[in-house]
Amino acid sequence: MYKILERKDMVPIIHLFKIQAPRVAQKAQPGQFVMLRIDEKGERIPVTVAGWDAKEGSVTIVFQEVGTTTRRLAKLKAGDFIQDFVGPLGIPTHIDNYGTVVCVAGGFAVAVIRPIAEALKKKGNRVISILGARNKDLLFWEDELRSVSDELIVTTDDGSYGRKGVVTEPLKELLTNSKVDRVIAIGPSIMMKFCALTTKPFGVKTIVSLNPIMVDGTGMCGCCRVSVGGVTKFACVDGPDFDGHQVDWDLLFARQKTYLDEEKRSLEQWQHSCQCGNKT
Amino acid sequence: MPQLNLNRVEMPRQEPKERAKNFNEVALGYTHEQAMEEAMRCIQCPKRPCVGGCPVNIDIPDFILALKEGRMEDAVKILKSKNALPGICGRVCPQETQCEEVCTLAKKKAPVAIGRLERYVADWERMNLVGKKKSVSPAPSTGKKVAVVGSGPAGLTAAAELAMRGHNVTIFEALHTAGGVLMYGIPEFRLPKVIVQGEVDYVRSLGVTIELDSVIGRLLTLDELLADGYDAIFLGTGAGLPTFLGIPGENLNGIYSANEFLTRVNLMKAYLFPSYDTPVRIGKKVAVFGGGNVAMDSARCALRLGADVVYIIYRRSEAEMPARKEEVENAKEEGIQFKLLTAPKRFIGDERNNVKAVECYQMELGEPDESGRRRPVIKPGSEFTIEIDVAIVAIGTSPNPLIAQTTKGLETTKHGTVVVKDESTGRTVKDRVWAGGDIVTGAATVISAMGAGKRAAADIDAFLRS
Repeated sequence: MYKILERKDMVPIIHLFKIQAPRVAQKAQPGQFVMLRIDEKGERIPVTVAGWDAKEGSVTIVFQEVGTTTRRLAKLKAGDFIQDFVGPLGIPTHIDNYGTVVCVAGGFAVAVIRPIAEALKKKGNRVISILGARNKDLLFWEDELRSVSDELIVTTDDGSYGRKGVVTEPLKELLTNSKVDRVIAIGPSIMMKFCALTTKPFGVKTIVSLNPIMVDGTGMCGCCRVSVGGVTKFACVDGPDFDGHQVDWDLLFARQKTYLDEEKRSLEQWQHSCQCGNKT
Repeated sequence: MPQLNLNRVEMPRQEPKERAKNFNEVALGYTHEQAMEEAMRCIQCPKRPCVGGCPVNIDIPDFILALKEGRMEDAVKILKSKNALPGICGRVCPQETQCEEVCTLAKKKAPVAIGRLERYVADWERMNLVGKKKSVSPAPSTGKKVAVVGSGPAGLTAAAELAMRGHNVTIFEALHTAGGVLMYGIPEFRLPKVIVQGEVDYVRSLGVTIELDSVIGRLLTLDELLADGYDAIFLGTGAGLPTFLGIPGENLNGIYSANEFLTRVNLMKAYLFPSYDTPVRIGKKVAVFGGGNVAMDSARCALRLGADVVYIIYRRSEAEMPARKEEVENAKEEGIQFKLLTAPKRFIGDERNNVKAVECYQMELGEPDESGRRRPVIKPGSEFTIEIDVAIVAIGTSPNPLIAQTTKGLETTKHGTVVVKDESTGRTVKDRVWAGGDIVTGAATVISAMGAGKRAAADIDAFLRS
């Protein structure tokens, strides 16, 4: 069992949990993920780490309420326990001195791009970050990301804060007007796809962190298979980072929708039992 | 010489029609009377060929004699002195090619049903002795620490053997439950999980610590374990990496590796969705590719989930099928349809990326290949299409490369299996590291993995005492 040491609500539907997991905290690196399971009946879901403190023995995750598991998770508070917390998994993001790196974060991915930007900066890169959200109410950690970036651009789809528009617009300007050596884009799959499409004509290597459905997260089942450069890869052990220009995005989108009907059924069942007050 | 009784006592089983709709155990086990009747058939021959036929050399005639004479606790003790997991072995060992194949009565086509008797004794213990006194107790502590990686049959056996010899053993398990393939792979109806948990608890009762959620290679490397005070390591991580067919369309939705399908159903209990959170696609028309036990397990699970029709698609003929005869018979009785001498060419999907059909070739058997079996060859122009909505690929597995990738000085073959210097000890080329089970042999049986765990434990013990 793993104790929730701290809970913060970043925005109403995005939450931060600091979890007591000393062994994972010793080993975690930027870009890696954990598999968590809330309880006996829960499913195993991958969550990319947002931070870790080896001294304190804690690992921080940030998640958005989407389906049954994340909504069930959001019901927990500091002092509660989750059954399983396995990690660190996946190959860490490759950190080197590339020169100028643009880090693009969509939505709550700001939490996982922050440690990557920090590591890149420490390695001597000039880090320009772009943070995008649908609207002002979904934005958080602007200052945290700014503190590890040389420059920060914020966009909102509706213009309620920062620049109006999507992240690919300032990304394209940066590529046009300055020398960019590498792009790291993390967020919703559709955002990562369009970042990759934006950078492709400029020939700038673009790393994306793929988030297909997983079961074990250790290379055992092949549920998370993705096609990269025409070759089938397991995102859990061969990734989650891949070259965005090589990813078969349509396949990723289609496979992410495998259980749409079941997810709906599960959520309805949970909401019903929640109202009856017999399941958390 | 006493009259030979050549009537093997059949084991009662759930009726095919009934069992095809539930996940309860198919084989119901002997009653006391049936067990006694079958035990009486053992002639206690002096040559005892069955003992040599058993990969862990259980003193079979002795436990059967104890059973005959009603000394049940002795029977348990005799079994457990050689085999820590008799409830599992009694259910899933291929006795027909091991102890029972060489039984003296096998010459008369009526070998003693040793597996069923083993199961009877193990189940008797579970019903009568659990929580009471231990049938065996470990040797005094040696103060030596051993790390066992993986809690499947090889790891559990090695851990139990080492603990019995007084060593301090910790098992590291990647998943959230101990048991490995016994939990995620073999279905409830063939091996109830309460049996596995009972045997895992027994291993714990010997003083073994089990660390769950621990992916060795990521959380800790082998060198870190050795530096951390472990005197020796046994690798029993099995063959967990699924093999796919490598044909077009294989990434369509609804196409599973057997590992994924069985993990969802067995380990994550997707058959209880939405009461349990993990879903699995319930197919109406399901195709399972392969001819081994895992293919049979997958097909029978798909049927129990509610499929209208389930095909086993196998490229050779029934004679070459690696599955146990008993499991093939069970599958047939339940209505699984066998499409033999059939191989897939490509999967066909719909506009939403869901699999809707598989195009296959008819095959014919040609000259024998390196496995000694006749090689299947494509009949030109024989393509035909089968409509399906779920496909399960059960054509084999190889070892997970994670540990090999993160360990210096561990040698592997091109198949990804770990090289051991000597099969009889399981020593790898890396100092203080042993390996056994599927990680060394590639996918094989529960009992062969247990045999390897046992041999490695004996060698580790000798090493630690030298």
